[in-house]
Amino acid sequence: MSDLYNVSSSPHVRSKDTSSRIMLYVILALLPTTCFGIWNFGYRALILILVTIASCVASEWVFEKIVHKKSTINDFSAVVTGLLLALNLPATLPWWEAVIGGVFAIVIVKMMFGGLGQNFMNPALGARCFLLIAFAADMVKFEIDAYTGATPLAAMRNNEAVNTMDMLIGKTAGTIGETSAIAILIGAVILILFGVIDLKIPGTYIVTFVIFILIFGGRGFDPQYITAQLCGGGLMLGAFFMATDYVTSPITPIGKILFGICLGVLTGVFRMYGANAEGVSFAIILSNLLVPMIEKITVPRAFGLVKEGKKHE
Amino acid sequence: MNKYTERLINGLIKENPTFVLMLGMCPTLAVTTSAMNGLGMGLSTTLVLVFSNLLISLFRKVIPDGVRMPAFIVIVASLVTVVEFLMKAYTPDLAVQLGVYIPLIVVNCIILGRAESYASKNPVLPSIFDGIGMGLGFTFGLTSIGIIREILGAGQIFGAQILSLEWFTPVTIFVMAPGAFLVLAFLVAIMNIVREKMDAKGKPLAAPSGCLTGDCASCSQSAMCTGKKSE
Repeated sequence: MSDLYNVSSSPHVRSKDTSSRIMLYVILALLPTTCFGIWNFGYRALILILVTIASCVASEWVFEKIVHKKSTINDFSAVVTGLLLALNLPATLPWWEAVIGGVFAIVIVKMMFGGLGQNFMNPALGARCFLLIAFAADMVKFEIDAYTGATPLAAMRNNEAVNTMDMLIGKTAGTIGETSAIAILIGAVILILFGVIDLKIPGTYIVTFVIFILIFGGRGFDPQYITAQLCGGGLMLGAFFMATDYVTSPITPIGKILFGICLGVLTGVFRMYGANAEGVSFAIILSNLLVPMIEKITVPRAFGLVKEGKKHE
Repeated sequence: MNKYTERLINGLIKENPTFVLMLGMCPTLAVTTSAMNGLGMGLSTTLVLVFSNLLISLFRKVIPDGVRMPAFIVIVASLVTVVEFLMKAYTPDLAVQLGVYIPLIVVNCIILGRAESYASKNPVLPSIFDGIGMGLGFTFGLTSIGIIREILGAGQIFGAQILSLEWFTPVTIFVMAPGAFLVLAFLVAIMNIVREKMDAKGKPLAAPSGCLTGDCASCSQSAMCTGKKSE
């Protein structure tokens, strides 16, 4: 059937935005982070990024061949998934574990549920959490300049001093893409300028998280500590690139704010009281699961309709 | 095929409690961390199932309909207590491994389900064979899940290292809770493919059986029953 027969009723909005176009913007926005990661962690990071992307694209292509569906690798969403997944992995991870992660992200989290637009949680983060549980030892081995050290977040948890300037620039241990707050912010500005994301989700996420840290962080108002908490771990990367994933975030304006609050509180709880120093990825995939419920209670009232309770006044 | 072997095949394949009826999911997901645990759980459930089917079938004419559930539970609970003591005496390691899931056999849906839908309406011998078939089907399901999880999660089968740890990194997620869901989902998917293939060949695996009342509305198997009355 031709697409012409599928026209919905008017009014129609004409837009140049297509899935592949938006995905290209996201890749462009991720470039500063990617380049910094490769510069920071060396050639191993580059190999890991290429392997992960290849594994994601290949598994999407193979899966669609097997189930006789039209190939969708041209919309670049698999590339974005692969890139995001790689940025969430430590550079020392064995390449075959990254390949398993890519296959898990695409086949199990995305394709099994119906492909792009149907996945119930962010594929890259789903795969990261899978790897985190499956290969715990390799996933928390962070190395920088051939020196294995704790991430700034883990150091802070042990009440050690951290260099906030290093964390801002990104010369710390961590996953490939999470270390440099500045590179991520450059990418975020690109996304906002191109209109790919708005500030509702990342904004409420970060504000809620800061308020949570102020109340429950145990340090009171300590700007250095708060900045370190914001720049440490995957918070920035998660807030701007993963929490804003169209498929797994609410579509309603109030829903976006609620979603951001959920993320902030969960991340705070995981970081303050959890077993690990980091909790962004678990916070995001948990909140992903809440999205259908958030959308259900925040459906805007259609123009001209009266609220249920007011009808019989 | 006489009705006894028919009962065996029914429990093992056609109405496999793990992959087709999806009953007893709690022990299926919780104790299948290794092949040995799966086998132990399956066999102890089989034992309870056979004897509960036997007793309930024996007493089916004297148990009043209004209090049949409490009566079944009393019979099953007594049997489970016997099995629990036996396991503690002769297989103490396994009893520790399975822990609370042995007493929980009392509320296993398979046992109550077979009592309600088969043993309480059929003579003794077919009921015993129904229990054996269902129990072996459950054992087969649990053991196969356990084997897959043990190989992937530890590189072992029944405790014997078959994949050398020198080159094999255990995927620990498979011996943890999420692994149970993943493996079960894949095995059920494979089972569904097999059933579809058999349907296409004209040899449906899930032929309507065990339908005794003809009341499709209140039947728990209504969703997957192929012999539903069209209304």
